[in-house]
Amino acid sequence: MKLKRLIVIALLLATVIGWLACMHANEATHSLPEKVSYNFHIRPILSDKCFKCHGPDINKREAGLRLDIPDSAFAPLKETKGAFALVAFKPEASELYKRISSTDTSYLMPTPSSHLGVLSAYEIGLFKKWISQGAQYEPHWAFVKPVKAPLPAIKEKALVKNEIDYFILARQEQAGLVPNEEADKERLLKRISLDITGLPPTEKMMDRFIANQNANAYEATVDELLSSPAYGEKMAVHWLDIARYSDSYGYQDDNVRTQWPWRDWVIHAFNNNLPYNQFLTWQIAGDMLPNATKEQILATAFFRNHKYTEEGGVIPEEYRIEYIIDKTKTFGKGILALTVECAQCHDHKYDPVSQKDYYQLFAFFNNTKEVGYEGDVSVSKPAKNPLLTITDAESKSVLSFINKKDTGKLTVSVMGERDTLRKTYILSRGVYDHPGNEVFPAALKSVMPFDTVKAPRNRLGLAAWTVNTNNPLTARVFVNHLWQEIFGRGLVKTAGDFGMQGELPTHPELLDWLAVDFMQHDWDIKRLVKKILMSGTYRQSSKINGANYKRDPENIYLTHAPRLKVKAEFVRDIILFSSGLLVNTIGGPSVKPYQPKGLWEMASSGRGELATYRQDKGEALYRRGMYTFIKLTVPPASMILFDASNRDQCEVKRSQTNTPLQALMMMNDPTVLEASRVLAQQLNTENIGTEEKIKKAFRRIICRTPNSKETSILKTYYDDQLLQFRNKQLDAAATLNVGEFPMTKNPDPNATAALMKLINMIYNMEEAIVKS
Amino acid sequence: MMEKEILEHNLNINRRRFLSKLSLGIGSVALGSLLIPDLFDNKNEAEALLTGLPQFAPKAKRIIYLFQNGAPSQLDLFEYKPKLQEMFGQDLPESIRMGQRLTGMTADQKKFPLAGSIFKFDQYGQSKAWISELLPHTSKVVDDLCIVKSIFTEAINHDPALTFFQTGAQVGNRPSMGAWMSYGLGSENKNLPAFCVLLSKGKGNGQGVYSKLWTNGFLDSVHQGVQFSSGENPVLYLNNHETINKADRRKMLDQLEALNAETFRESGDPEINAKIQQYEMAYRMQTAVPEITDMSKEPEDIIKLYGPDCLVPGTYAANCLLARKLSENGVRFVQLYHQGWDAHDNLPGQIRGQALDTDQASAALITDLKQRGLLDETLIIWGGEFGRTNYCQGTLTKDNYGRDHHPRCFTIWMAGGGVKPGVYGETDEFGYNIIQNPVHVNDFHATVLHLMGIDHEKLTFKHLGRRYRLTDVAGKVVKGIIT
Repeated sequence: MKLKRLIVIALLLATVIGWLACMHANEATHSLPEKVSYNFHIRPILSDKCFKCHGPDINKREAGLRLDIPDSAFAPLKETKGAFALVAFKPEASELYKRISSTDTSYLMPTPSSHLGVLSAYEIGLFKKWISQGAQYEPHWAFVKPVKAPLPAIKEKALVKNEIDYFILARQEQAGLVPNEEADKERLLKRISLDITGLPPTEKMMDRFIANQNANAYEATVDELLSSPAYGEKMAVHWLDIARYSDSYGYQDDNVRTQWPWRDWVIHAFNNNLPYNQFLTWQIAGDMLPNATKEQILATAFFRNHKYTEEGGVIPEEYRIEYIIDKTKTFGKGILALTVECAQCHDHKYDPVSQKDYYQLFAFFNNTKEVGYEGDVSVSKPAKNPLLTITDAESKSVLSFINKKDTGKLTVSVMGERDTLRKTYILSRGVYDHPGNEVFPAALKSVMPFDTVKAPRNRLGLAAWTVNTNNPLTARVFVNHLWQEIFGRGLVKTAGDFGMQGELPTHPELLDWLAVDFMQHDWDIKRLVKKILMSGTYRQSSKINGANYKRDPENIYLTHAPRLKVKAEFVRDIILFSSGLLVNTIGGPSVKPYQPKGLWEMASSGRGELATYRQDKGEALYRRGMYTFIKLTVPPASMILFDASNRDQCEVKRSQTNTPLQALMMMNDPTVLEASRVLAQQLNTENIGTEEKIKKAFRRIICRTPNSKETSILKTYYDDQLLQFRNKQLDAAATLNVGEFPMTKNPDPNATAALMKLINMIYNMEEAIVKS
Repeated sequence: MMEKEILEHNLNINRRRFLSKLSLGIGSVALGSLLIPDLFDNKNEAEALLTGLPQFAPKAKRIIYLFQNGAPSQLDLFEYKPKLQEMFGQDLPESIRMGQRLTGMTADQKKFPLAGSIFKFDQYGQSKAWISELLPHTSKVVDDLCIVKSIFTEAINHDPALTFFQTGAQVGNRPSMGAWMSYGLGSENKNLPAFCVLLSKGKGNGQGVYSKLWTNGFLDSVHQGVQFSSGENPVLYLNNHETINKADRRKMLDQLEALNAETFRESGDPEINAKIQQYEMAYRMQTAVPEITDMSKEPEDIIKLYGPDCLVPGTYAANCLLARKLSENGVRFVQLYHQGWDAHDNLPGQIRGQALDTDQASAALITDLKQRGLLDETLIIWGGEFGRTNYCQGTLTKDNYGRDHHPRCFTIWMAGGGVKPGVYGETDEFGYNIIQNPVHVNDFHATVLHLMGIDHEKLTFKHLGRRYRLTDVAGKVVKGIIT
């Protein structure tokens, strides 16, 4: 073991040294670009090092200088007579250049006290060349309406499956990188199955796909999966993160609430392929549409999913404001990928969003009927005003997608406007009781002007502005989310920030092409998913080739498909599905499966319905991960361990970690052990030989046939376990005694127990919960 | 667009990121933190800490934070205010209240009758600090305490106040103190997490705790607090199924590693090796954690020191003892929460119980670390999320009263690593306003980071376009309490 670890360390060191050598070579030979670009070279540096004091925020601006707009940057400096920050074509006459390249710390910019660090020689060189070339500013890429560029010319046309590949291959060819070949059929099927449904393929599907030699076999399977109801569930999981969906109120006593009918609607909307512009319009302003249907009103629960306090003694207005802030932030980050909340207290330091702009946006949400406090936990209700009541009749007709389990009253918190407009003020430093000037609803003008002639100054107007095809952000942001969900990182890595401080797109033309194409095809989400999945880029094998890895460890150029651990919910789904335990009912109230003892009780105040965890029984134990009850103050442990969102705030990207706690869970969680037992039981009723059973188990979980080396490792372990059970070194009955799923009669408990142990080991394989 | 430039730009970013990983990684390796994996993971957002950490010689290496959740009454524990007895039942003068906003619980109250503490106070130690009879054990270790009487906050409700203390912001999913320490300094023990959390409950009016308090926020989730308990399953999913022994687990892991190695051979993904390492780490934890949480080998004098409760899993005393063991074994940040201090009514009765549950073990922790020579390098912090009012909430009688939340001044204490014993700060004779050396929560955070060798303005993480830090945009190191 020790030796192995040493080898691993040595390998890592070798990699590092290789990298360093290669980087030194690059630094030395790294020449300045022929043409220095404001957007790609200069602005990232300005934004990072200069805008803090010389940017859009008027209150923090030093020396009256702002460098984010040319008018100010080229104007005479207010505090240094006769000097200019920038003089086109003349770096030596530009104060900016003189200061960033100075060695005098009292003159140097950024100042040492700003803790922003100094510019590297390369960065200084960029500025010098940019000014020499005329110091031309460009508008921020994300605020310019996307257009479809012509498909780039490429040499290797053979690899092209659709338009996406032109953009990807063109970049690879420039970098001298070569993509992988297509993945093998087994892995490809697992990949599309997980990407479309969040579930592994069935054995039948695997057999069918492998046997199908038709040219359209792949496309037919993609279509089949896209029409499966599990597609809506898979797609919903990401949207629930954005919408910070949960089953409790989140503060203090943290009582139960019923927003789940909205969750059922999200699944339904994806399955029904509701176009994204309508999907958004309904959620932003469904209640205000002419003759709004109950379904459209239900959609607005999106803006009521945030936390609500039930703490006795709060000042209601403080919390009401907090709720509007949350709505504004969710809209900004989740739909526009802008960190507008920065402008809550002051003008945005990096993006052209003033404090006034912020409160104008805030004003759209400020006219809801909701209050800051409806009472404490003793009078807690499952929904807070304004409410939507769903009758039994409706749940059987117009709202049949809602999985209403009983005849009890069902209410959901939704949006609803006040009759008289509530006034909105700029809040000084964002504090609820420090109102300043009055403002009126208007959307962010730097993104796209808000036309008050055509659009009403309310949420309906905001919705229209959001899904207007001239809006430069909405489609790009969603396309990017989808790309991220499939490839693990977006074309813009900072999926929640398309602003000045966000990362630049790695493939800007592709992003724009997809965004425009998406809008041109009526915001058709399924079509977009299929477009990505049909590309050659997507279908590549995930094998990592050493040469490419050295050049591009982050796989920015997509020379191979990503290997990604599936999301927490799908870890659970894979376990339940492959063992045959999964109950695939869609929607309904969230469920409480096995959970380690005492988690809720330890953290609870002791008040309210959720003070103790009452584990469910029967089918409710085997529902998909997305239906596990989320109590905000103690989110489900098994989910959090696998990087699920805690649903406290709008989240657009989950982290991907690899920890010993995950290993412990996979080895010891009763859910995994029970699934191992049940699959073993089932296989042992089949009239097939041991090797066939092992192969079947492996195939159901890993979704491919084991190779000979793997088969021999598996067989060795199985034989050893069987021997130990037979010799009574291990206790078969006790081993099998896990989980509430009924025990079947085991003709040979030793064999079943040995198989169970083997299956548990397969579940712990790295590949089991990885999309490769 | 200029393809070549974009290309170069991207490669540059790649190189920069790799270098930054490297600097973070080397620091962590040097600190022996194998619990912080993925050193070479290109997926995480970590940015280089521009300078190595710690940034200057730390006074403390580890922290144990004894959070008294619900807000203990400073006026019945540390603040001796005879004026309140003198004016017992009279209204709080408006000249003192000065428009302080009130919680919804007392905002409608017509009168604010002053309620002097019914508990006896005496002076202890070299600093002649006033401590009430409720804390007989704490009063014996007073020469090790730095009692800060002038801490204040803006929040007036539990959730935001607690969140503020733990994450530096009243709302928002920011990383908690422990997560920042884990991120900045890593763990000293390769078998234990850098940030551990222990929960207990008193009999007093409780305010729940929530996992947001020990969240990693936007930091990588390896920096999240790991909840420990002193019970049978001290860490989630730690225990093997009863039928699986160590040898059996080893056998499985060996076969599993062979299978994973086969996947690696096929795919070449370095993540697979990281996963193998994590399984080994899990295996080591299965031995290391039970050893630490096992109280049965503690000698008689230690049991006596912490009190008999320390053998009852889940009690505050048991958690204090466990905290010592974790800290002694290199856990960077041990966070305790003890609920039950929220005495809006019947305060005298409630606080007696709370003091009884916590006083002895808190003092024992100091004594214990001191006798092991560890107090110098361990920082202990005791305190709640705000204070309580000098006037009565509800009906005032001669021997009973309640107190509402009071953000303007309250008392916390610190001991050990780099803090100067004594009393710091002062409030007016009503115990309502600070008259000397105010310490804001941001200042408190800046000071704690300073003691750990970190400049609070430099421990930052860039997230969604902004550099975040524990102290947000404020915070001054309180030099007066540092040795």
